[in-house]
Amino acid sequence: METERLIDSLAANLTPAPSRQVSRRIVMTALVGAAAALVAVLFWLGLRSDLMIAVGGRMFWMKAAYAAILGVAGFACAERLARPTGSARGGLLLAVAALGVLAVIGLTMMMMTPPAERMALWLGQSWRRCPFYILALSIPTLALALLTMRRFAPTRLGAAGAAAGLFAGGVAATVYGLHCGETSPIFLLTWYSLGVALSTALGALLGPWALRWR
Amino acid sequence: MVFHEVEQRLKALMLRAQAGDGQAWREVLTLLNARLTPYFRRRLGPEHAAEVEDLVQETLLAVHSRRMTYDATQPFTAWAHAVARYKLIDHWRRRRVRRHVPLDDVADTLWIDADHEGEVAADLDRLLGGLPSKQEQLVRGVKIEGLSLAEAGERFGMTEGAAKVSLHRALKALMAKVGSRGD
Repeated sequence: METERLIDSLAANLTPAPSRQVSRRIVMTALVGAAAALVAVLFWLGLRSDLMIAVGGRMFWMKAAYAAILGVAGFACAERLARPTGSARGGLLLAVAALGVLAVIGLTMMMMTPPAERMALWLGQSWRRCPFYILALSIPTLALALLTMRRFAPTRLGAAGAAAGLFAGGVAATVYGLHCGETSPIFLLTWYSLGVALSTALGALLGPWALRWR
Repeated sequence: MVFHEVEQRLKALMLRAQAGDGQAWREVLTLLNARLTPYFRRRLGPEHAAEVEDLVQETLLAVHSRRMTYDATQPFTAWAHAVARYKLIDHWRRRRVRRHVPLDDVADTLWIDADHEGEVAADLDRLLGGLPSKQEQLVRGVKIEGLSLAEAGERFGMTEGAAKVSLHRALKALMAKVGSRGD
């Protein structure tokens, strides 16, 4: 019978396919995607002029940590949702926890600021551009992550696409910190999160089309 | 074989296959093939019987090329069932058939019904066969197909109230029958 021949040929040429391939390949997409985003920052947006001073300050690292944690949360979700029985709960909890901690810090600082200066603290210099730059920088990682994940076995394609978007957004926002000179947690909370949310939404939108098995 | 033994055996084979053991993989695929054929045949129905083998082969190919997504902390049977279910839905989508597959489809359907469906159906026939034919159809309609009382009543030409009374009588008779046999 034909099916038996198929089984024979599949078994005859078997190569090892350990489960850790899933996380390895997703990590690879982050490395390549982050490199692409870095090139874009270097040659398109430009590094922030005070970078050498900023790396000595707390805010630079808070931005990097927040963005990187969102990326790790996205990774955790994507690594689970790339499998047919996966649940994204762990990754989502991490993202919500990071958002919660930053909200407490950001709102506390907002309270301690004189009302007249609050708008400036919230909007900074670049609130209009920030979310869209993050979205743009996320595109290489998102494209690679979707291409990688569709060779795995996602069964909830919208959710898996959203996970890839969260992952790509976190990677992009981490790299974007090299360009962005903003210094307030409430700015980070609002506009960085919005950029990552845009990338997540783009992933969710593309997922059902991009992740279909073929 | 009891369900958890099937799970243990397949999981052990799967882990060997993921490490590159072709013989273990042949066994996994052969066992899957035996399950998938009745699984798809039942779900595609007699009018699409010709598509069953294609769908089985496509599913085996998907299981093969996506085997790294099986994670040893999860049950293998649930993983394989989820792949089969995805291929089934995809098949319907390609053929532009809109059909509802419940999201909470029991994870191990692929494993359980192939083993027991024959026995269960025979038991059910025996039990329901003792009822008057209208009552039997009513029980099948409401309790097995999942019709509402109103729909069932309409099908058998009675009011909803009459269907309810008749169903109640039928279930009471069945209970009596099962109870007396259990003693």
